[in-house]
Amino acid sequence: MLPTRRTVARRLIANRSAIAAMALLLAIIIPCAGAPLFVSHDPLSQPDPVKLKYQPPSRISPFGTDELSRDVFSRVLYGGRTSLSIALVATLLSITLGTAYGAVAGFAGGVVESVMMRILDALMSIPRLLLLIAVFATWDELQVKWFILIIGFTGWYGLSRIVRGQVLAMKGEEFVMSARALGAGPARILLRHVLPNVLTPVIVAAALGVGRVILLEAGLSYLGVGLHPPDPSWGNIIQDGTDKIYAIASIWWISFFPGMALVLTVMAFNSLGDALREALEPRGIRS
Amino acid sequence: MTRYLLSRFAQLAVVVFLVTSIAFFLIHVAPGDPFADAVANPNVSEAVRARWREAYGLDKPLPEQFVRYVTSVARGDLGWSFSKQRPVKAVLSDALPNTLLLMSIALFASFAVGIGLAVAQALKPGSLTDRVIGGISLFLFSVPEFLLALVLLVLFTYKFQRFPIGGMTDLDYPSFTPIRRLADIARHTVLPAITLTLLFSAVVARYQRAALQDVLPLDFVKTARAKGLPERVIVRHHALRNALLPTISLFGLAFPMLLTGAVFVEKVFSWPGMGSIIVGSIDSRDYPLLMSAIIIGSVLVAVGSLLADLLYLAADPRLRDAR
Repeated sequence: MLPTRRTVARRLIANRSAIAAMALLLAIIIPCAGAPLFVSHDPLSQPDPVKLKYQPPSRISPFGTDELSRDVFSRVLYGGRTSLSIALVATLLSITLGTAYGAVAGFAGGVVESVMMRILDALMSIPRLLLLIAVFATWDELQVKWFILIIGFTGWYGLSRIVRGQVLAMKGEEFVMSARALGAGPARILLRHVLPNVLTPVIVAAALGVGRVILLEAGLSYLGVGLHPPDPSWGNIIQDGTDKIYAIASIWWISFFPGMALVLTVMAFNSLGDALREALEPRGIRS
Repeated sequence: MTRYLLSRFAQLAVVVFLVTSIAFFLIHVAPGDPFADAVANPNVSEAVRARWREAYGLDKPLPEQFVRYVTSVARGDLGWSFSKQRPVKAVLSDALPNTLLLMSIALFASFAVGIGLAVAQALKPGSLTDRVIGGISLFLFSVPEFLLALVLLVLFTYKFQRFPIGGMTDLDYPSFTPIRRLADIARHTVLPAITLTLLFSAVVARYQRAALQDVLPLDFVKTARAKGLPERVIVRHHALRNALLPTISLFGLAFPMLLTGAVFVEKVFSWPGMGSIIVGSIDSRDYPLLMSAIIIGSVLVAVGSLLADLLYLAADPRLRDAR
């Protein structure tokens, strides 16, 4: 028996780390989403690249300034906008693809299923990071939409396996048979009866997926194959501060603040994923 | 069983072919050709350029180039590295053992550390120990690989100056005695290996704790409790044995994760392995080297997951009979 929506909500509220994670996410997402309201400096403006570069945190610029005298605080907020929206859109794409693929494979059965699963096995064996490096390194004018598309298209394999398993298990259930006996077609059974019951892994995968994409974006930027500057993303800003390895300690603020924002956000999404998994457990909370 | 093995090997071949095709495709949609610099140079005449293209087979139609590329990769000829001016195969066979060294240390250490932590957590669910370990593994699971590596690098080489800042050997390495050479490599290995171990043991710990949580409510554990066995014995001997099975399947995931981690760790610590090759070839736009490194990386991962499957078969007799 799946828990009702109310049970899930009650369990989430009872889970202290879930509450903390949600509060933390709001505290990070709201300033990023409304960045123009919270900052007084333009994230791209360079007031004085000679005199005002590498200024440590102060009252005027709470996170200091970078090599080009840009305000790190406004860059972190604007960069968060970029990083978070990339992660959300790419994850949405991944979970849609993963759910659709897994559901179709599990529901179709037979040759279709085994061919689809073999293709999936092959795709899964290609390490995601290496593939992304290969694609982005050969791509000169990388636009954000392509970046999102490609990350989204490489992140759905694991979920589709789980969804397929769930759909397979669901196919034999009585409510599916009774729907079939009432004359419902395969599309209706899949969309109305089976899919709503496999939502658990999808929701959990979404929460964990967002964190993973944020990490990927930062990692790719660090390797020099991420989004192109000057538009800030968390990965880009961290990269600005770690470029010269010998100087990291003396200009720590450039990478520290976006790094903290990134790690806290990813931690929040991951622990939210964990909490959701527990809250959505069919047989009550695990002891 | 034989059939299963054969199909797994066929799958391995498919993966290699797929990655090779992707690599070929990417090289050819990439802007410019290897002679882009020469094209910009007005002193190089069109005739010379044409001769170069002919020498490298770049004037042939694409399908023909593709067949040649795939057959030569299958034969183990990975082409010529423009930036290193050496055969790609030679460059990679120098780098691969170094990456494997790092990965294998981290693999064994992470499983030992991760399983140990999970057992400590499962002994008293909800206790302070459980939550502290859970928090630390959540952090390590959420931190970008390169950031952790950089923090350790700055802390232990600049601030405390305990370890060398990078590379695999000192400059005077060739003049060292064999024992000193070994010690030198060990000293250079400590930080990169610890970074990779920290990253992956968090994954193992999270996974193993969840597996233990699934096993602990089962009847045979209750029986063990009813017999009056101490919790320590129950968790270590009764629950852990059954909860290890899902962890073995984690073995298959270990290879892509460790390789990914190694790319970052190697860049940060200038470790002369596959990761450094990949990063270096991005910067120098040495596509043949980059793509070959990625092909080899994928083969490594595919072989790793094959090994994990075999291990799983060996560990779970139920599956062996079913095949």
